[in-house]
Formats: sequence, C-alpha cells, structure tokens
Amino acid sequence: MSKQFICINCPLGCHLEVDDSDLNDIKVSGNTCPRGKIYAISEVTAPKRMVTDSVPVDGGDVLRVSVKTAAPIPKEKIFDCIAVIRTVRAKAPVHIGDVLYTDVCGTGVDIVATRNAKAI
Amino acid sequence: MTNRDIVIVGGGPAGLAAATAAYDVGARDIVILEREENLGGILNQCIHNGFGLHTFKEELTGPEYAARFEQLVYDRGIEYRLGSTVINVSADKVVTYVSEKDGLQKIKAKAIVLTCGCRERPRGGINIAGARAAGIFSAGTAQKLVNIDGLMPGREVVILGSGDIGLIMARRMTFEGAKVKAVVELMPYSSGLNRNIVQCLNDFGIPLMFSHTVVDIKATNGRVSSVVIAQVDEKLQPIMSTAQEIACDTLLLSVGLLPENELAGYAGVQLSPVTNGAIVDDQMMTSVEGIFECGNVLHVHDLVDYVSEESTHAGKCAAAYVQNGMTATEYVPTCGTNGVRYVVPQKIRKDTNYEQISLRMRVANAFRNVELAVLLDGEKIVSRRRPIVTPGEMETVVLNSELVERVKHGSKLEVTLLGGTK
Repeated sequence: MSKQFICINCPLGCHLEVDDSDLNDIKVSGNTCPRGKIYAISEVTAPKRMVTDSVPVDGGDVLRVSVKTAAPIPKEKIFDCIAVIRTVRAKAPVHIGDVLYTDVCGTGVDIVATRNAKAI
Repeated sequence: MTNRDIVIVGGGPAGLAAATAAYDVGARDIVILEREENLGGILNQCIHNGFGLHTFKEELTGPEYAARFEQLVYDRGIEYRLGSTVINVSADKVVTYVSEKDGLQKIKAKAIVLTCGCRERPRGGINIAGARAAGIFSAGTAQKLVNIDGLMPGREVVILGSGDIGLIMARRMTFEGAKVKAVVELMPYSSGLNRNIVQCLNDFGIPLMFSHTVVDIKATNGRVSSVVIAQVDEKLQPIMSTAQEIACDTLLLSVGLLPENELAGYAGVQLSPVTNGAIVDDQMMTSVEGIFECGNVLHVHDLVDYVSEESTHAGKCAAAYVQNGMTATEYVPTCGTNGVRYVVPQKIRKDTNYEQISLRMRVANAFRNVELAVLLDGEKIVSRRRPIVTPGEMETVVLNSELVERVKHGSKLEVTLLGGTK
C-alpha cells in the first residue's frame, strides 16, 4: 500500500511516498537524501516518539517536575503512557535522570525526571 | 549604591552563558539578576525535547538544557539574585532593581549585559475583534499554566498561529485531554518546524488551516464560547463569505515574539526597527558604551544553541571591555540585500584583533537551491550553497580572521542571496 509522509529531518520537508506492500523491499520516493528513506521506513515499520509531560512533586521547591520517556516509545502507546504518567507523584529531592516509573506500558522504557527539585 | 564589574539582566540561557563566559576569561565580580524564582528562564516550561543538538550532540528537554548551564554558574560560584526585577538601566550604567528581600537597590556597573529575552505578541498586537472574555491566552502563558502550575486553561481549543510554540501546545493540550479543533494560520505556510507539524498536529489528526484567521470571538457568561474564522485573500484580508464558527472555550495565540527592550530604551540604546532589538557591533555592544545585548532580546532565535553561542561571545566581550575599555575607533556597517532581511551584528569594528566573526541573519522568503554569499565591496568572499533557506530558520555565516583583516575603512559588507528559486 502507498503511504505518504512529510520528512522531518530538515526544513526541506520532502513529501515522501512509501510503498510497503513488500515489507522486505520497502520503496521510498520523493526523498532528497538518504535520511528521508530511513525516516520513511521507520514510520511505516515501527514509528516511535518521545513523550514528555510533568508530574506533581511533594515537599519540593517547585510544584511540578518535568519528565520524559528515557527513550522513544511506540507511537501507538503514547496515550497509554500519558495515562500512566498521570498516576505518578515525585517526592523531593528529585534529580534530573531519577527514574520515577519503571518499564512504562511494557515498553522497557522508564519515565525519568528532567528537572531538579530541592527538598524544602 | 554598590559597584560591580558586570551586571547581567536575566538568568535564562543567554544570561547563564554570558556569565559563564565572562568568568572563564577572568571576570570575577559578576552578578545575575533574575525576576523569577528560578534560573533557566523560559526553558523551564519548554518540557518537550529537541534542545541542545548543536551544543551537546544530544536531544535534551528545555529544563535539562537549562540545568547544564545553571551547573556551570554554580560550579564557578557566580552570584545570582532571584526574584529580582530590574526596573531601570541608565546610560551611565546604573541598574535599579527591586526584590522582596533587598527592596529597591541600585548597582553601578562597569558593563551590563542585557539578556531579557522576548515576550509574546498579545491579542492587542493583532487587533482581533470580538468579546473581551476569559479563555484567551498566549500559547506561552498556557504552556506555563500546564507545565509549571499543572492547571488546564480549557477543554476545547482553537490555536491562532502555527509557530513552534502554538504547535507544541496543540500536542500538549491533547495529551492533557483537551480537544484541539484547529490550528489557524494567516500565512499560506507555517513558520514552525516540519517536525512539529508532523509530530504535534498530524500525529493527532489536528487540522492546520493555512490562509485563515480569526475574525470574531464570541462569549457566553464572560467565557469564550466560539471563534469565527475565515479564509484570507492574497492581501491577507478576510473573505467574509468563507466565515465559519468553531465552538470552543479557549483561544491560544501563537502570533510572534517581541524582544523585550524597555530597559534598553531607558538607557538610550539605539534599536533596530527590523529585529526590534539593539543595534550591536561584533562584540554585541549596543550604541551605549559598556551595554551589551544577546539572545532573544537582541533578535528572536529559533534554536537555544545559537543563543548560548552568541551569549558566550557577548560575555567574553563584556569581560574584555571591563579590562581594556573601549578599543574600537572605527566601524564598518553590515547589511542584508536581495532577500536577506537583517544581519546581526549590524556593524563590525576595524583596527581590532579578532579570531572570527559570526554573522547571523534571517531571510524574508523561502528560497530553494540558493547561494548565501558575503560580498566585500562587491567581491564575493564567502559562499555557502543551501538546499533551502526559510524565514523560520536563522542562518549563520562565519568570517574568519583573514577575511576580517580585509575589511577596510569605508568598506561595504553585504550578505546576499544569489540565484535560487522561490
């Protein structure tokens, strides 16, 4: 089946046409450079996204700390991941990189803090 | 009144980089004044990732990027005062600030670096007709409410403007359970990154309507109840026969950023009508001796990495000025022609030794397969082939010291676009 994407690698924003009827031989057209082809193939086979959010902190000098998935997760799990993050509360002190939730939605990826909070 | 060598106004990415750089070339008597209760500036609310690819070769979130620069300031023991709002800067370099802790204070500085950043263009800046109702926010205000305070500005949202902050907020509001009904863009193109259009709108099926604008805001019981949008013609005038009403309780505005130059104005700093920032020389010094400017207060940047780079340079130059005083005797102006809308710095010093000079610029329109060239008295001295240049992406050209040497009294230094297709 033919699918269309806009390449995100640079401002050119090439309109990519992908034929993935044979998953062993995915055909990409419309790209100007090899990065476009790599992007298109990842989008039809296993699209992934980073998820960022913020969670409340107890006893901290800030009300909330921002968080992220430590690595990109499958795109279709974004909203499940958000629902899990909504249940997370951090306790000060929080340091950047602290794991606040392990293995979100069976992805093997942790939710980590991206902001420091001092205990007060 | 106390005396300090260098006062830095603003503790965001520009201020942190300037302070660190000044320290690293020998300045010690430095103080950063920051009006918020944290260092890091606007990066603290930019919780999405994509920062720092140039500087750190990895993709960080805004708070992580800020924390790395904050750490440099802590490691050096550079003094900073939080909750300290500067209310005046004078031409003789007296900085007046207020804080709950210190009251009203004046500091006489040898050099001042203005790193005040920018603010969002408000509703009044674009004259939208309709109700003065609750539910109208700038995108950055909504970002602060959601990310810092954990508050939701509304449930059914229309966003006017497709700059990056508007796009990022479309995704953010969607994550938080809001329904983003449309992003409406006056121009036939977006000034936001492709990546944000794809990952913030397309991923969630949010429509992006080009050549459309908001022509009316309706309210019920003092809260936005709908907006009326219409297509615009090629002169950007609304075509009222195309008007349609979208029910919503919230309108977010992402309609441009304005450098915050009130303080520069009080000091008599000469401003550029194109950038809305100061006119600076190659050391980022403004028209007032000893007052420097860098980061988004000078011109709006698209990447924080470039803010850090420019501010590192400004910090070094401020420290050098404190040590050596004014060394420049003569300037050569720079200018942008044939589609280059502006060049910063607007002038470079002659008779001074430098390593190299970065010229930063924006173009007025998108061009493909174009040559970005620097002409010295009409002779091409630098040429860069670019597959595309767009108004949303800042371009940089570096003049090495050899080329800088060739700039003579009365020279004309021009950055221009050659060839290319629209």
